[in-house]
Amino acid sequence: MKDIKVNVKELSIYYGSNQALKNITMDIPDKKVTAFIGPSGCGKSTFLRTLNRMNDLIENARVEGEVLIDDINIYQKGIDVVNLRKKVGMIFQKSNPFAKSIYDNIAYGPKINGISSKSRLDEIVEMSLKQAAIWEEVKDRLNHSALSLSGGQQQRICIARSLAVNPDIILMDEPASALDPLSTAKIEELIHELKKYYTIIIVTHNMQQAARTSDVTAFFYLGELIEMDKTRSIFTNPSKKQTEDYISGRFG
Amino acid sequence: MNRTTKDTIIKNLTGVSVLLILFVIVSMLVVIFVGGWKNLTWEFLSRFPSEGMTRGGIFPAIVGTALMTMIMTVAAVPFGAITAVYLAEYASGKSILAGTIRFAVKTLAVVPSIIFGLFGLGFFIKFVGVNMDTLLYDGALHWGQPNLLWASFTMALLTLPIVIVSVEESIRTVPREVREASLALGATKWQTIRKIVLPGSITGILTGTILAISRGAGEVAPILFTGAAYYLADLPHSPSDQFMSLGYHIYIMSTQSTNVDETLPIQYATTLVLLLLTFSLSMVAVVLRSRIRKKAR
Repeated sequence: MKDIKVNVKELSIYYGSNQALKNITMDIPDKKVTAFIGPSGCGKSTFLRTLNRMNDLIENARVEGEVLIDDINIYQKGIDVVNLRKKVGMIFQKSNPFAKSIYDNIAYGPKINGISSKSRLDEIVEMSLKQAAIWEEVKDRLNHSALSLSGGQQQRICIARSLAVNPDIILMDEPASALDPLSTAKIEELIHELKKYYTIIIVTHNMQQAARTSDVTAFFYLGELIEMDKTRSIFTNPSKKQTEDYISGRFG
Repeated sequence: MNRTTKDTIIKNLTGVSVLLILFVIVSMLVVIFVGGWKNLTWEFLSRFPSEGMTRGGIFPAIVGTALMTMIMTVAAVPFGAITAVYLAEYASGKSILAGTIRFAVKTLAVVPSIIFGLFGLGFFIKFVGVNMDTLLYDGALHWGQPNLLWASFTMALLTLPIVIVSVEESIRTVPREVREASLALGATKWQTIRKIVLPGSITGILTGTILAISRGAGEVAPILFTGAAYYLADLPHSPSDQFMSLGYHIYIMSTQSTNVDETLPIQYATTLVLLLLTFSLSMVAVVLRSRIRKKAR
């Protein structure tokens, strides 16, 4: 079981009396890219946000079942959510850099986690920006506001920012949906590089993107996991009719 | 009457009411400026009143007002900001406590200022002060009387709603996505508030502070029973001393002076100083607030 990073068992999520996710069971492989696809409102983003307990922030959300990361149930009592989120980073749909300098954006995570040595921070900032493939573009203006960058650059800054706290898993919630094709291509290239070191889970509306970037694809429909398989199989030979209808564009 | 005539009448009515208001404001300003301008000298600002307040200056009243607003700010702003952080960040939408606080803040904002004065007298002086004297000074009168500290605290209560409302408003302009970004990096809620939310709402905190100061600097009723003095030959040396204040000084000169006519030029000049002070503070707040609004869009 070494190659399984996240193990979800019979997970259901309710918002009040409304059930958003129904009895999801799945294994997410380590150091691979797993894509969640499905029409809007199918629960894929909700599911993503349970993996770092971001749904805790929503009032009256209720979780049943288990999510095991490295064999530890993150919903059991006594789990430190702050530590969990350090381990499970997240990239959002809309790039959301802080209104701070590029340097301070990247250094924020390490700083709040107790690293204060200037030289160590410099090192982390440079390494993270290099890993996010944006170092060359910003190395001469680290003191500029991150908000002065283009949308695509901002999103790569956000990726660098999450890499700086050294996570195991990176959750990406439609990370390229607000970007132009060129910036999207850069993000996809980056995902390809990052999967050598990180387990990546990406929610996307764009099926070509899922096909291009992921190793494993899970198809969600109306809060249920319909099918999960190797990406190639899902796109060439889906076993369920609903999956086939969706990827062939008949609905969604 | 046809529709066009009605339209014209309404249009003219609105025009007249605008002119009326402008007339009141402008004539008030003109009268005060003309009456006070020539007496606004350095001597006036830097001297004590003399000869039954018909000569000399208003230095102790300026110092007293400044000290009072400073202590008031130090008391009201942190307290108000913390309450605002609770309301905006920690309280859930349905929380009974938060609802109660909001109701209290709204009520506090419409309580007449003289009531605050009476409350200050009853609570700070007669209760807190007298008990402090009993415990610390064997009943010797020290804190159980009107003074700078109690007046400032009373004024702080009056300005608290202003601070709470403007700080909360500005905390809410910090986008949810930015908070989530911070939390997703493993920041605690408090780290997120301290490093992301509060720096992002600093203009709101400043606006609230300045609005509170300008309100507090001009008010008289709350300090009437709690610390303002008719005349003092000396500046306050400690928070337990009484003080002179600009607003109260105007009241004294125009009603309590032995020779009201003689004090008239000084009254004008004092009013001008108070007006310039509160007006410029409000302007700064207006500018800051418009910046927040721009940012929020």
